[in-house]
Amino acid sequence: MDVESDRVIDARGSYCPGPLMELIKAIKEEDVGRVIEVWSSDESSAKDIPEWVKKAGHELIGVFKESDYWRIVVRKTK
Amino acid sequence: MKRIVILGGGVAGTLTANYLIPKIGDEIRDRKVEVTLITDRPYQIYEPGYLYLIFNRLGEDELRRDIRELLDPSVRLVVDRAVRIDTENQKIICEKETHDYDYLVIATGARITPEDIPGLKEAGHWFYDLEGSKRLRSALANFKGGKIVISVIGVPHKCPVAPIEVAFILHDFLKRRGVRDKSQVVYTYPTNKIFIMDPVTEMIQPMFDERGIEYRTFFNPIEINAKEKKIITLEGEEEDFDLLVAIPPHRGAQVITDSGLGDKGGWVPTDRYTLKADGYDNVYALGDATNLPVSKAGSVAHFQAEVVAENLAAEIKGIEPTAMFNGKAFCFIETGWEEATYIWFDYFTPPQPVVPSKFVHFVKIAYNKAYWLTARGLL
Repeated sequence: MDVESDRVIDARGSYCPGPLMELIKAIKEEDVGRVIEVWSSDESSAKDIPEWVKKAGHELIGVFKESDYWRIVVRKTK
Repeated sequence: MKRIVILGGGVAGTLTANYLIPKIGDEIRDRKVEVTLITDRPYQIYEPGYLYLIFNRLGEDELRRDIRELLDPSVRLVVDRAVRIDTENQKIICEKETHDYDYLVIATGARITPEDIPGLKEAGHWFYDLEGSKRLRSALANFKGGKIVISVIGVPHKCPVAPIEVAFILHDFLKRRGVRDKSQVVYTYPTNKIFIMDPVTEMIQPMFDERGIEYRTFFNPIEINAKEKKIITLEGEEEDFDLLVAIPPHRGAQVITDSGLGDKGGWVPTDRYTLKADGYDNVYALGDATNLPVSKAGSVAHFQAEVVAENLAAEIKGIEPTAMFNGKAFCFIETGWEEATYIWFDYFTPPQPVVPSKFVHFVKIAYNKAYWLTARGLL
């Protein structure tokens, strides 16, 4: 991956409020164009986060599987 | 003499003080240590009680206790508003006085910021502070039918399960008042499920369906059109309402932001196991004030207070502090007027709700009274 993230959210081990909610908080806080990366050890995040990104109209740069967690990289587009 | 200052008089601050004192009795008696608790109000409110106050099941006086009554007599109580924490010089600057510390415990909690969503203050109701709860109580008592939207706007917010509970209790309340068939109840949630934790969602979603409680997901309000009574979302959708029960946005305390100790939301970056504020060896943070990905709930503050008290006592006695917080949380979930379940979970264990029952509900009702024993460090 050659995109550098502006903000990394380490939500590994989180059940509540959860990695997606952490991302939504970050999307509200960050400026348009910023790249946000969420780390989650919860497999469902790898599916749920891209689904929300699509509905909300942001850009999914990628979902990357690491040893025991996922990195989901998103660019805020609006 | 070592000075321990606890900033905050909610569950986290009060319990830390009350758990700490018995562990350092000798040092307190020999005047080697002084424990001071600073709070901006002389009373504590049992905030989970708002869920009952709005349906007129608990009164204001039952939710409030004088903080001096709750604290161990050895704790020096200061009622003053902290305006800045000076970590370099180890001082808390309050409106009336300045206090020095050797160890600091940040227990400054969370506050609601409905002003962050344009139109929310004008058109919304909530049950996250006393004034809002009293206003909602009146709105519910006068509700004659129409569309009620329960909308989770704040991320994160206190008591993650409260929006589910209010939906269930509201359904039964409307039935008891004879207006359920003239009412539409809609619940909205920011994620693609009606709750963040799958085992809870799997249990409650069919219960919402059975009761005709509608839901919208991936729903993140950014504005309320107060004139037209409409919610507008980040995803580009709209939802109208007659009565909006919002879970407003939350932020950390103003003093945290003003002291440069918080992240963008005003939450204190904190080690998830040791509960030390990142970058400070003599500052702990716990309860709603932290940035930890755990529930902002009284039970979490309670379990964290045990850890902070144990580690502070160890430091005072010159022992290595080894207590660690494992993410433990316990929540009752009311699923009706007289029915409830509960969940517990931690960093390593997902929640597993039990079948709802009257028994669990009555345990919760009993705990609403017994909390004052917890606050005193007895339960």
